[in-house]
Amino acid sequence: MPIQLDIVTPEKKVFSDVVEDIYLPTQLGETGILSGHTALVTPLEPGELRYKKDGEYIEFAIGEGFMEATQESVTVLTDICACHEEIDEDVVEAAMKRAEDALADTDHTADPSQVLALQATIAKSLAQLKLKRRYK
Amino acid sequence: MANLQDIRRRIKSIQNTSQITKAMQMVAAAKMKKAQDQAIAGRAYADRLNAVLVNLKANMEGLAHPFLKVEEEGKHLILVISTDKGLCGGINTNVLKKVRKELPVDGDYVTVGKKLREQIAKAQQNLIADFPIVDPVPFEEVKVISKFISDEFISGKYNKVSVAFTNFISTLVQEPHISQLLPIDPSKLAEKQDYEGVGKGKVKETDHAIEEKEYTFEPNPTAVLDTLLPQYINFQVYQMIVEARASEHSARMVAMKSATDNANNLVKDLKVEYNKLRQAAITQELLEITTAMKAME
Repeated sequence: MPIQLDIVTPEKKVFSDVVEDIYLPTQLGETGILSGHTALVTPLEPGELRYKKDGEYIEFAIGEGFMEATQESVTVLTDICACHEEIDEDVVEAAMKRAEDALADTDHTADPSQVLALQATIAKSLAQLKLKRRYK
Repeated sequence: MANLQDIRRRIKSIQNTSQITKAMQMVAAAKMKKAQDQAIAGRAYADRLNAVLVNLKANMEGLAHPFLKVEEEGKHLILVISTDKGLCGGINTNVLKKVRKELPVDGDYVTVGKKLREQIAKAQQNLIADFPIVDPVPFEEVKVISKFISDEFISGKYNKVSVAFTNFISTLVQEPHISQLLPIDPSKLAEKQDYEGVGKGKVKETDHAIEEKEYTFEPNPTAVLDTLLPQYINFQVYQMIVEARASEHSARMVAMKSATDNANNLVKDLKVEYNKLRQAAITQELLEITTAMKAME
């Protein structure tokens, strides 16, 4: 059964197509959505989004955001979204390195929100790297 | 009276200037188009976000979040968005005037853009941070700003956060605008913003009535709200900076267009003067030759 998938970032509409099924990284773990799903809104974690089209799985690395599902469509709102061709490994690795260094310098007890932000950056970078390396 | 060579020199130099301003006008026009496209591209995101927020609001009895907390006491944090470069008419001055008039002098200031950072620093106001933002505006960089502002607000030091920026109304009209970012007024949450100048009218308005679906919120509405509100703030700041950018480029385009027009007028006047002088010189010369011929007869 086909379902409409839209991926939107503040900068542009990244993806819009009819697909067969979708798997998303939510806060409660990976969630699969088929058409006819009950209307659902849930936050997303940085990770991989997979969808099936013509029997083939295609992946995107996404950042934090949320997902809105209805009977016939899924809308993903996220701050970044990249397919493996778009990911520049060096840039992502450098960003991750910076975040890790900053994390090592931060006092974990004094500034918990800073630690969380850095951890989110690292998670995002990791998700992108994982996707990129799989296609090498 | 100026001689011919002086006038020729002046014409040449003014023509050079007009070429430069003409080029700047073209560049600004192209950049303005880009900034407008960027603002319009964000509409899809804004529409979905608003639709979900409307639903969330309907599903929750009384929202509770640090971003919604109204405090009586506290300082005022002000984010001022200006431009990095000059030659863009009076938009920076207008923002500064509005800030001076409507916002407290003893508030803490955060700036984006070099021009007003310098002004605010010069006035000895309390400048706590400055963020450089490249053009076109990347969302990732804006997140850093909104994160900083939200953290400062949550720390309890401030009871109000305002943003001063230039709102894009049309290519010819840009207005300074001050908007309250935090605390979020729940009654205004997900309502239409009064500064959505760029994208206005180009994308159909979201019909909230259609969006009244019964959603399940996982894990629960509160958790969803917790992740949604920071994203809402990120997006608001992003949108305001994009508005300011579109305003900057269109103001620069208009300023450069009038500079080019002025230069061309000046050249025209100088050319008239130049030709008059040249003609006078020719007449003079002819007169001299004829007189000499007459004398020899």
